[in-house]
Amino acid sequence: MQQNPINKLGNTGLYVLEDLGRMGLYLHKALRGACRRPFRFTELIRQIHFIGASSSAVIFFTALSTGMVLGLQGYYSLQKFGAEGMLGSAVSLTLILELGPVLTALMVAGRAGSAMCAELGIMRISEQIDALDCMAIDPFRYLISPKFLATLISVPLLTAIFDVVGIAGGYIVGVNLKGVNPGSFIEGMQTSVTNHDIRLGLIKSFVFALLVVWICTGRGFFVRVIRGAGFGAESVSRVTTQAVVLSSISVLIFDYLLTAVLL
Amino acid sequence: MMDVAIEFRDVVKLFVSLDGRKQTVLDHVSFTIPVGKTTVIAGGSGQGKSVTLKLVLGLMRADEGKIFVNGKDITDIGGRELEDLRTGFGVLFQGSALFDSMTVFENVALPLRERTKKTEEEIKKQVIETLTQLELAGHEDKYPAQLSGGMQKRVGLARALQLNPEMMLFDEPTTGLDPVMTQEIYHLFARTQALVGYTSVIVSHDIPKVLNLADHVIILNDGKADVFESPEEIQWSGKEHIREFVKTTMGQIYQSHLMEK
Repeated sequence: MQQNPINKLGNTGLYVLEDLGRMGLYLHKALRGACRRPFRFTELIRQIHFIGASSSAVIFFTALSTGMVLGLQGYYSLQKFGAEGMLGSAVSLTLILELGPVLTALMVAGRAGSAMCAELGIMRISEQIDALDCMAIDPFRYLISPKFLATLISVPLLTAIFDVVGIAGGYIVGVNLKGVNPGSFIEGMQTSVTNHDIRLGLIKSFVFALLVVWICTGRGFFVRVIRGAGFGAESVSRVTTQAVVLSSISVLIFDYLLTAVLL
Repeated sequence: MMDVAIEFRDVVKLFVSLDGRKQTVLDHVSFTIPVGKTTVIAGGSGQGKSVTLKLVLGLMRADEGKIFVNGKDITDIGGRELEDLRTGFGVLFQGSALFDSMTVFENVALPLRERTKKTEEEIKKQVIETLTQLELAGHEDKYPAQLSGGMQKRVGLARALQLNPEMMLFDEPTTGLDPVMTQEIYHLFARTQALVGYTSVIVSHDIPKVLNLADHVIILNDGKADVFESPEEIQWSGKEHIREFVKTTMGQIYQSHLMEK
């Protein structure tokens, strides 16, 4: 049936509203599931291992290279004003406030978010989630809430690792390669980074973690009702791509909003 | 009067496609499913057989009408009430729906671990006992992907039986199985039902074989349900669409009966 543009627009609007409502209820049930007994501690530890510990290598290398590039770029820009001594301050503030939380969230979305989405999508299309429902086992408490909790615990910790490794990378390049005075690097960092900056970085990483786990698991959970996803294995692959793209864009949008509100 | 396990009263279920088209899968359908018997719900593809099961399980909602389970209206229930209702059901899904990252033992033990307070030792004893009954002993540590289709169905059945369900719902239980395995699965159903005494509802298009198990048959066609007290009754039906259904699904075997008449 051919639809006129107004019909199409209306249908799209309704779909978006329905999807937002569905995702809102999903978030509520996932958070409520975390409070329902029996708690699944073993599963929570397993998820923290998968989302957190297994991501630490990729976070380490991303942070190291980002910090080193920041060291080089920062040195190049600051020396024009004869302010190389401010390198420590520039590198640490950029990492703690901005790059640490954002890049960690993007890395986790790409590595663990895609895996969580595909896992839930496959469980949905092979009726494993229906089977849980039919055994009167709440799929939120059993499957989804441990993933939520594990992501909310792991991402801020990974962000902290990112910040430390990134600053070390900047230090190596600035002090060892470019000859910046180590005292002024550390001193600049200590005087310019305040508790407020660290708090803001942590709030960001917490919000980004929620966005990533919410969108990635939610897309997988609703694989059958997502418009344009198709059916079977193809639907899982499409929805996984959509989940990573959507969560990455949301992280970037919320990064701006949080910075504007909280800085 | 027979005790009624499930009752559909004037149930309507519609599906609306993305371009706004409506398809009525169940159109004011009414029937009852008796306690302790085997009811087969048959019909061609897309006639609403699986939808009927999903309505009973609360995985879908009816657009109109009422559904009763053991006399209780379940049409609009949710939350804990729905969980309690589902505790009484055992379900064997079309694709078995085993958790593929868990072993056979973990799959069968799952409902006991999550829904009962039994100790690990009691759980182990019960699971091994069921697996032995279903000729699956020695396969506890295998993963579903390492099992044949028939064995996966048996593991699915073992898992569904763990909480001693009052009702077992089978969704196309023999899809993808060869004729020998199909026969074996049907014998298994008959044996376990005799043993446990549950009400059995089998959704299948495997006509006429599945009718050997049936006490009661419901045929879904074009959104309507035709109810038969016994499988034999189907062949005497005067309705044109049922005669057509008999002709296409049962072929010569039943036509010869008609000719004798």
